[in-house]
Amino acid sequence: MARRIRVLVAKPGLDGHDRGARVIARALRDAGMEVVYTGLHQTPEQIVEAAIQEDVDVVGLSILSGAHMTLFPRVCELLKQNGAEDIMVMGGGTIPEADVKALKEGGWAAELFTPGTTIETIVDWINANVKVD
Amino acid sequence: MLEVSKLIQGDKRTTAKIISLIENEGEGKRELLSKIYPHTGNAHVIGITGSPGAGKSSLTDVLIKQARNNELKVGVIAVDPTSPISGGALLGDRIRMQEHALDKNVFIRSMGTRGCLGGLARATKDVVKVLDAYGCNIIIIETVGVGQSELDIMHYADTTLVVLTPGAGDHIQTIKAGIMEIADIFVINKSDLGNTKKIVTDIEQMLDMSPRYHGKWRPPVVETSTLTGLGIAELWSLMNQHLETSRASGELRVNLRERLKAEVMEMVEENLSKYLWDLFAQNGGIEQVLDDLADRKLDPYTEANRIFQKFFIERGNDNV
Ligand code: B12
Ligand SMILES: Nc1nc2c(ncn2[C@@H]2O[C@H](COP(=O)(O)OP(=O)(O)OP(=O)(O)O)[C@@H](O)[C@H]2O)c(=O)[nH]1
Ligand SMILES: [Mg+2]
Repeated sequence: MARRIRVLVAKPGLDGHDRGARVIARALRDAGMEVVYTGLHQTPEQIVEAAIQEDVDVVGLSILSGAHMTLFPRVCELLKQNGAEDIMVMGGGTIPEADVKALKEGGWAAELFTPGTTIETIVDWINANVKVD
Repeated sequence: MLEVSKLIQGDKRTTAKIISLIENEGEGKRELLSKIYPHTGNAHVIGITGSPGAGKSSLTDVLIKQARNNELKVGVIAVDPTSPISGGALLGDRIRMQEHALDKNVFIRSMGTRGCLGGLARATKDVVKVLDAYGCNIIIIETVGVGQSELDIMHYADTTLVVLTPGAGDHIQTIKAGIMEIADIFVINKSDLGNTKKIVTDIEQMLDMSPRYHGKWRPPVVETSTLTGLGIAELWSLMNQHLETSRASGELRVNLRERLKAEVMEMVEENLSKYLWDLFAQNGGIEQVLDDLADRKLDPYTEANRIFQKFFIERGNDNV
């Protein structure tokens, strides 16, 4: 049985914009990945617990609320506290260029995709950067 | 290294990793399961099946709550369909159970069917064992809601709930033939929408006509609503009654023995089939006879017997 990439797509905080997350979840499924979607209004704690129980390779956060500078680091910290820092964190949403740079340089996100990015770009990036053994 | 001792101690990460290894048919799967098996046999396994959108995940969520009120440790296996085209899957059942995500005594795992028909994933029965050894007192399996070919659940669950909704009443005799027979409890969910009378009467009549239930457990019909909480406590107590009844009647053990027979034979067949194909490969395979078969110089039936004779009867004693 072939190993499949498992992804958790999550919407942290009070952000109600779920269109992008749903589009991404479906697109990753169509690209052959197993996608766990946990719905809206998740706390970082809930996201990290789900990521561990589901044994995903990647956590993809979708944030269009402007709270990305706190949420990405918080999820990374919690993963680390639970000995699960090997799970990759990436995501997308309305994140200004400067913040994208800061989050990536800080090691809080492996990659970030902003509005208008094609699905193909995102799928190709995951396939190229997520190793499954 | 995945350690069974850490699973037994209730380490979540280890448990999740062991489940993945089993799902991926990873190396050492059987050795791992053989170490896990002695620690199993303590969980009540509940199967929940029913058409898409009937409320299986919502019911799982309220049953988790019941179990937690009774201080039981809960495992959930939520199965969703794998796309036959892409091989990917969208696993969305968890959305309805996320309020339990932080509860240390709840472990939820989503699985794709990965090409397995019957509403479950191939690894489901082994994942049940992992969660059992992890210490769950109750394990809930939510099947794919396809409604027709998901009968496998009856082999893996001690208690099977078939979830129907008031709107489904019209078709009961016709489309649901198979699924009606696997129920230990009928759950009429969304009873808050009204109109439950017809479907309840239909089921009761169907049960009246069937001689199978005389003197045995007759599947009760319980009306529920996950919105208002109606009928949930009753459902919980019926689930426990069913377990007690089938334990007392010996049916639980009969089912377990059947399950184990199927499992052992499946593994023996797997071994045999691998052994056979390896032997074939060493002997040039069956490529050479395919032309003769296609040209009607040989027939497949005689050829199958010949191969069986050659590899198993003649060589059987020194090979198997
Ligand atoms: C549609 C929309 C809504 C809809 C949302 C419907 C829904 N269910 O999703 C409605 C009308 C409800 C809405 C409401 C609001 N909205 Co609005 N909304 C938008 C709008 C116009 C488009 C968003 C969208 O759906 N895009 C389509 C999807 C496919 O794109 P996407 O989500 O960006 O996803 C892409 C990438 O970002 C990336 N991506 C996203 N997530 C992920 C995840 C992963 C894992 C990966 C790999 C990639 C990825 O990949 C996708 C494909 O390229 C944006 C403006 C904009 N241009 O983005 C504003 C916008 C997001 N909204 C905004 C605001 C302010 C609001 C409101 C607060 C307005 C108000 N005052 O009431 C409310 C808040 C609602 C709430 N509870 O959170 C602001 C946010 C500003 C900010 N970030 O600081 C925006 C940016 C508009 C603006 N320029 O001001 N909104
Ligand atoms: N009115 C009403 N709606 C309900 C009830 N239970 C569930 N629902 C709704 O029915 C819809 C489907 O519920 P789920 O629990 O996801 O159903 P499911 O059977 O798990 O669905 P699939 O896994 O997709 O097959 C959701 O919108 C629920 O809110 C109920 O008791 N009453
Ligand atoms: Mg469901």
